[in-house]
Amino acid sequence: MSEVLLEARRIGKRFGGVQALKDVSLTIKRGEIYGLIGPNGAGKTTLFNVFTGLYPRDSGEVLFAGSPLSLASPHSVAAAGIARTFQNIRLFGNMTAQENVMVGRHVRTRAGVFGAILRTRAERAEEAGIRRRAAELLHYVGIADRADDLARHLSYGDQRRLEIARALATDPKLLALDEPAAGMNATETAALRCLIEGLRKDGLTVLLIEHDVKLVMGLCDRVAVLDYGEKIAEDAPDAVRANPKVIVAYLGTDH
Amino acid sequence: MKTTRSGVSEKANACESRRYAVAKSHRERVGLVLVAVALMAFVLASAGTAWVRITNFAVLFVLLSLGLNIVVGFAGLLDLGYIAFYAVGAYVYALLASPHFGLHLPFWIILPIGAAVACLAGIVLGAPTLRLRGDYLAIVTLGFGEIVRIFMNNLSSPVNLTNGPKGINRIDPFQIGPLKFSASDTFGSLIFSGPIKYYYFLLLVLLAVIVINRRLQDSRIGRAWVAIREDEIAAKAGGINTRNIKLLAFAMGASFGGIAGGMFAAIQGFVSPESFILNESIMVLAMVVLGGMGNIWGVIAGAALLSFVPELLRYTVEPAQRALFGKLLVDPEVLRMLVFGLALVLTMRFRPAGLWPETRHRRELNEGRV
Repeated sequence: MSEVLLEARRIGKRFGGVQALKDVSLTIKRGEIYGLIGPNGAGKTTLFNVFTGLYPRDSGEVLFAGSPLSLASPHSVAAAGIARTFQNIRLFGNMTAQENVMVGRHVRTRAGVFGAILRTRAERAEEAGIRRRAAELLHYVGIADRADDLARHLSYGDQRRLEIARALATDPKLLALDEPAAGMNATETAALRCLIEGLRKDGLTVLLIEHDVKLVMGLCDRVAVLDYGEKIAEDAPDAVRANPKVIVAYLGTDH
Repeated sequence: MKTTRSGVSEKANACESRRYAVAKSHRERVGLVLVAVALMAFVLASAGTAWVRITNFAVLFVLLSLGLNIVVGFAGLLDLGYIAFYAVGAYVYALLASPHFGLHLPFWIILPIGAAVACLAGIVLGAPTLRLRGDYLAIVTLGFGEIVRIFMNNLSSPVNLTNGPKGINRIDPFQIGPLKFSASDTFGSLIFSGPIKYYYFLLLVLLAVIVINRRLQDSRIGRAWVAIREDEIAAKAGGINTRNIKLLAFAMGASFGGIAGGMFAAIQGFVSPESFILNESIMVLAMVVLGGMGNIWGVIAGAALLSFVPELLRYTVEPAQRALFGKLLVDPEVLRMLVFGLALVLTMRFRPAGLWPETRHRRELNEGRV
């Protein structure tokens, strides 16, 4: 088993006249929390969407767990072991919290139409397993008491947690979080930080896009900085903070 | 610590026993409904065979609505051409059991064939429309429904496949061994007329379709359908192969339509393209929406209501006018549609989620009171 979980080589993505990503290469090692920061519009979410198959990339390749991700559809990326959350939370609002997590188990279960109609023994066992795992995950992220509430009636922080639980339900190797602390107050952010640290302790690799610099610097093992679609730095948090290029990108040059 | 734990388990026990009581009373209620529905045929028959016939067509529409509910209610894909699958099922039955081609296969072979052909038609319709949603999907499905009807209308030359607008006549009724669905049988003092036999057959099919629907709804596939309805991108990213799951919704919905169509052809004894106009698609959709999209019982109630109310009006409007004014002022047909339209508008104004909405929606409406 190699140490590198995800390797992106010279990823390029263009939207019409805008070069959103230009030759971005990066490697994420197993078990680390890898931060991705950059000013607004730097291409962070675009890179995310390329990794998770929502956008087809124009050039470059992605190796995940040693094998190349083809220009794959999102569901096969999820099957390969990358799970994600969204910057603007995307839950199944009219399903309960528990059902949301149960949907996440879809990719790891097999029952089809006939199994469902005939209620075969295998289908019932699988269904019980799905239910059990969903309950465990809700407990894990700390919202077990909201299991039967509709997702859209949860508080903002709980919705974030639910999205993470749903992502975890796919048994990912890499969990990609797109600005999980956006809009959270200090208490919620602290709780989120505990949750992410717990994930690392349990052996998960995390890719984190975040604007909250304190959170990124405190949590991440390594940080990459994007600016205008290019990677301008990749290093340990302290080194990145001292990097003159990064300071220029964030604060502008001194004319 | 100990007290809390025992407290919790007591609560759980109470919960468990209450659930058992609920399940028991639920089962009793279901049993009662079944008995009532089974006896209804004879009550109806005493009011005239016409009413049994009307009920049979109502059950056919319930079946159609349940099929469409999979596509529209569960998966959230707006389908305005659903009647096409009904047409496919009906024509498959007509072609395989009539003098038109001289084929007379038994119904228990044709109905599955009809379902399979309709299922295929569902996939044919579904495949090119996978990227479409909402209004755009509605337009394409509307077009598909019209194409099927126009095909039925024109496939009479050079090879006479469908007999064109004249339709196909003298379709075989169902027959199980010596039991013919076209004739009456007497058992003791009970008279089983043809429509009554069809009634019981339809009830069996309906029961099966309800069970299948319920089970699909609570399954991995059913959850995937609802997830796609709620947020397709999140569903995709969560590992659902949205293409296949949507196709599955189209295929399942179409199969139910195909089975209903086959039974329609047998009961009616005659099919023509006229039975499968756009109006019928809209009617079935209205049943689903009026009853409560996504809720099986609501959809059944909606379909039953929209099937019976026009018939009731047909039988009451004319006598009522004669009794009140001594003569016929407004043509019953006109008034019927007027009342019907008004009822639809009022329902949608005051119960936008349908008469009997899906639990999720109901829970949402009640939330303020809790």
